[in-house]
Amino acid sequence: MKRFGFLSWALLFGYAFLYVPIALLIVFSFNESRLVTVWSGFSTKWYGELIHNDTLLDAALLSFQVAAVSATLAVLLGTCAGLALTRFGRFRGRTLFGGMITAPLVMPEVITGLSLLLLFVAMEQWVGWPDGRGVTTITIAHTTFTMSYVAVVIQSRLAGMDGSLEEAAMDLGARPAKVFFVITLPLIAPALVAGWLLAFTLSLDDVVVASFVSGPGSTTLPMVIFSSVKFGISPQINALATLMVLVVATGIFVASIVMARQERQRKRDEQMAIQNG
Amino acid sequence: MRTVVSVLVSGLSRIGLWGRGVVVAVPYLWLMLFFLVPFLIVFGISFSESIIAQPPYSSLVEWLTDEDAGTSKLQILLNISNYFRLGGDDLYILAYLNSLKIAAVTTLLCLAIGYPMAYAIAKADPARRGPLMMLVILPFWTSFLIRIYAWIGILKGNGVISNLLEWAGITSGPVEILYSDWAVYIGMTYCYLPFMVLPLYSTLEKMDPSLLEAAADLGSRPFRSFLQITLPLSLPGIVAGSLLVFIPAVGEFVTPELLGGPDTLMIGRVLWNEFFANRDWPVASAVAIALLLVLVVPIMIFQHVQGKQAEAGR
Repeated sequence: MKRFGFLSWALLFGYAFLYVPIALLIVFSFNESRLVTVWSGFSTKWYGELIHNDTLLDAALLSFQVAAVSATLAVLLGTCAGLALTRFGRFRGRTLFGGMITAPLVMPEVITGLSLLLLFVAMEQWVGWPDGRGVTTITIAHTTFTMSYVAVVIQSRLAGMDGSLEEAAMDLGARPAKVFFVITLPLIAPALVAGWLLAFTLSLDDVVVASFVSGPGSTTLPMVIFSSVKFGISPQINALATLMVLVVATGIFVASIVMARQERQRKRDEQMAIQNG
Repeated sequence: MRTVVSVLVSGLSRIGLWGRGVVVAVPYLWLMLFFLVPFLIVFGISFSESIIAQPPYSSLVEWLTDEDAGTSKLQILLNISNYFRLGGDDLYILAYLNSLKIAAVTTLLCLAIGYPMAYAIAKADPARRGPLMMLVILPFWTSFLIRIYAWIGILKGNGVISNLLEWAGITSGPVEILYSDWAVYIGMTYCYLPFMVLPLYSTLEKMDPSLLEAAADLGSRPFRSFLQITLPLSLPGIVAGSLLVFIPAVGEFVTPELLGGPDTLMIGRVLWNEFFANRDWPVASAVAIALLLVLVVPIMIFQHVQGKQAEAGR
């Protein structure tokens, strides 16, 4: 193959397209000028201003709470769903279930947001719960659309996994619950971590659904960013974005190292088992 | 005593089955309540009338009691004027057509950039594929909003592109790309690109290279082999990736709102404005139902493809 043919250029272009905007965003967060795109000198003053922006900090705190709770719920529900879809064979209503799991992946956010809001309003009329809208309704909404992503991640891990270990445990008399907790769960642990992180990021990222189902006093970080971006760009948002990119990059980096190490450990264990056996 | 024990034992042995039931039932009920029922409610409210009240729509079902006659009747009022409004007003029709156009262009752009990328990664050294794919997915983990925001600084007049062009002497004066359809295309392609590359890569990676070798041995030129072997074999990936981009793109709100001009009509924006600006919940619901009707066929194809892939992975 040619050393630098069309494909290499295409790849290079693709990565440049993906990363140059983020790189510029970070560079201009250290710009002294208020005019974001005109370089006038190095400064970290926008980071200083960020720390004193209470609206932003409160919103960030709320977003992190919502994201953590909804990601945890989404992992619980999504794991059950993924397990049901890959390991339970055919059961009544499986087609509908599969449809309801995959549809939220592509459902336009405005529809999800509107439909959930109307549900919450109707429920409040009929059963008196939820009382108004706020953190609870945002958490429920985020759990609903992120659990689909978790289910897909778990499903693909389970489908790619060898079922013979579970069968062997079952043959040796382990009950299904025990098989799940002793065999299946440790094997799908990386997928659980990945699913949780994915759900967390998606929740932290959502502005449309949250705008529909939030109430007074429950403004999430993306909602604050969205409304300030609508009024134009500001170096403070650049600083905030840089911090967010940094947090995400660190998280992914650590997670991938931990997972790679676990994978190596597992391979080594398997090798040992084969040699000893 | 003996019966109690036997009941307990049989009960315990049923826990396995019962536990299975719970594992299915909990997510099932959750999705029924928070995914399926909401659509039925949206459908219902799309037939109601907008009123000034809390909540701002009329009730479809009313229980009327006539005290004098001692009778009562159930009255169901279906108001279909919301749908007539959608069909009769150019704004809505234009918004629908424009949304489909923007989503289609975005899908094609993602395909044009994503296919060569996926192909190059699938052809790369196996040890490098993982990190290369990681680099494609990584931006997806950073906030969508932040990535759109990054483009505002690049595309605006006096922004990065404008300054570059001026510096290179190609233009004299600021160039404003922001607030146009092109800005929306760029922003949406940027955000949805990973969704295209992922399924393409997974089909291309699974392809057997010996097919291409056989074709080459039989005298086929690389380009022809690509057209007759690689392209047809990667079709499932193309379909999955295109739907993964197209369907959410049709209903997109954030990108046209931030990067598009006031005349960049998209149906997601129309729905948002009906709901938040006009507070007309019934019309917003009708817009949502009409949007779903447009998307129902692509969504079903997507689920079919997705189901097939899940089967194949097993």
